[in-house]
Amino acid sequence: MTNPGALPTSEVLGEAIGDEAVAHVIEGRSTWQLAWARFRKDRIAMVSAGVIVLVVLVAIFAPVFASLTGHGVNEQFRQTGLNAYGLPEPPSGRFLLGSDDLGRDILVRIAYGARISLFVGVVATLLTVAIGAVLGLMAGYFGGIVDSVIARLVDLVLSLPFLLFAISLVSVTQPGLTIVIVVIGVFGWAAVARIVRGQVLSIREKEYIEAARSLGASAWRIMFVDILPNVLTQLIVYTTLLIPITIVLEATLSYLGLGIPPPTADWGQMIAESQNLYQQAWWFLVFPSAALLITTLAFNLLGDGIRDALDPGLARL
Amino acid sequence: MSPEVLLRAVDVVKHFPVQSSQLRRSREVVHAVDGVSLEIRQGETVGLVGETGCGKSTLARCMARLQDLTSGTIEFEGEDISRRKPRQLGRIRRDMQMIFQDPYGSLNPKRRVGAIIGDPFAIHDIADGKERKRRVQEMMELVGLNPEHYNRFPAEFSGGQRQRIGVARALALKPKLVICDEPVSALDVSIRAQVLNLLVDLQKQLSLTYVFISHDLSVVRHVSDRLLLMYLGKVVESGQSRDLYAHPRHPYANALLSAVPLPDPRKAAEREKIVLAGDVPSPIRPPVACRFHPRCPKAQPRCAEVEPLLEPRLGDPVDHVTACHFPVADGESLRSAQSSLPDDLRVIEPEPTPETVDVVGSVGSSEEADKS
Repeated sequence: MTNPGALPTSEVLGEAIGDEAVAHVIEGRSTWQLAWARFRKDRIAMVSAGVIVLVVLVAIFAPVFASLTGHGVNEQFRQTGLNAYGLPEPPSGRFLLGSDDLGRDILVRIAYGARISLFVGVVATLLTVAIGAVLGLMAGYFGGIVDSVIARLVDLVLSLPFLLFAISLVSVTQPGLTIVIVVIGVFGWAAVARIVRGQVLSIREKEYIEAARSLGASAWRIMFVDILPNVLTQLIVYTTLLIPITIVLEATLSYLGLGIPPPTADWGQMIAESQNLYQQAWWFLVFPSAALLITTLAFNLLGDGIRDALDPGLARL
Repeated sequence: MSPEVLLRAVDVVKHFPVQSSQLRRSREVVHAVDGVSLEIRQGETVGLVGETGCGKSTLARCMARLQDLTSGTIEFEGEDISRRKPRQLGRIRRDMQMIFQDPYGSLNPKRRVGAIIGDPFAIHDIADGKERKRRVQEMMELVGLNPEHYNRFPAEFSGGQRQRIGVARALALKPKLVICDEPVSALDVSIRAQVLNLLVDLQKQLSLTYVFISHDLSVVRHVSDRLLLMYLGKVVESGQSRDLYAHPRHPYANALLSAVPLPDPRKAAEREKIVLAGDVPSPIRPPVACRFHPRCPKAQPRCAEVEPLLEPRLGDPVDHVTACHFPVADGESLRSAQSSLPDDLRVIEPEPTPETVDVVGSVGSSEEADKS
């Protein structure tokens, strides 16, 4: 270290120490921390997350919109909200996004509609994923007859026409929130089950599953403690991508009059009500549609971002 | 037979159906294990040796009841466990543990080391919360891991450390019998000795009984008291390790031992190398009678007609048994032996090409190869 040639060596040494320090920091991070670091760099995903937070806030503070504007969600303002011909009023200082065919404030109704959309979107998706994950785990792990029965059930569900089935189901019950969630859950699980089953088939051959069996772990413990964590990333990605689909499904059902019964504010229903009037009152159609579009788009982009963050190796679909 | 017999396998047979298509199952089966009997006594290490596909792992999985037996019985401490359903095994799952071959595949990548080693405590409802953590860290220390790494994931450890995690998990409940399924064959040679010594040390400390499976005779020699040599689903020779190494009787045992690398090149050059003809036959249709006869340099017509029994041969002690009609005497050369079987019953090596003669055939060149 006495000759001049030693200088670069000590520099290299310093660099090596620096690298080691960095390596130490990386070592301490879990999968989730790494995913979060990747996610934060994804601008589109971050903006989408912001939009979703906004929509959630709007839904939570929907009553604030009502009190600020002084318009109740189902209040009909026949004097101020409708013109002399009984047509809706365009957006103005009084009705920020205009009024609908019954003189109700569209802004307030969109805010309240966000509650239904988000609630159904999240609850129905969780139901779908829960049913699908459990049945997929069972089919994949137990195999044999259990697998055959579940696989045939999946085929059956996937081959049923969703809307026809929903129409007939609602016609025997009453339209409402519960039935919407049930219909979506009953139809959605099959796809989840199929994905989970495929994953489980490969995971259950792993040696650590055999290790768990040799320790005396029960089938349920193996499924939920050993296998589930290994399909969790795919499940989370699928869940976030399923939420917008569910929101659209709920809107579709409500649009067809099979979903949330009036007068409850709901985006799909508002779009349906605007059908006859959109040539006279564009705002009646455009604003609820835009709310639906922005929300589902944000969820889709967020789902993409989460997938990229959790599973960088996965190709874009 | 002074020490107590811990595990006794009688005539264990395991056949796997060959699936020819999705819909039809053919009647053909893979004869993975075909009538193996053995006894494992308290405190000893039994080596189970054989080449890939000879059924040693299947036998281990049958003993650990990870697989159902086709026929035969397995007794653990005198209780027949061969027909029990997994849920009825209870206590046996605590007393019999396995250490697996692949330290990368045998640890769940999504779970923390603490949870993995804590699994046995959780499954058998023995300790939880702080107590479990304490005992897990105790185990980690015992196998030479840093207990502070409790919250790390398996991916943050090296192969040798991962195998230590597997050892800690297997020994957490202080089992009576540990089945080690090639525990070091996936490891770097430099780390093998560490893990082997760890296993030997722990055996003394915890008075464990090992079944040690390996295809590597030098590894098995290092650890086992007794050896069982398997070929195509059957035991061909078994005995005290020292005995078997000194006086291998079965031609197959001789061939295997002649392939173990010797550290001394001069000795290696002097030693007779036995190169067997052909490959291991298909276990779907194994050869009749003695399964080794198509490849055996000493085979006679009788070998293809009568199955040899496992008996002491050539004045061996009672516990050194060999299944061979024409056992190899001490000092007998197999190079000059010539199978007297008709051609259709044995594997004929194709005429060696000149290059292969150079490499395999002459002692001189193999000496060179050993020296280089």
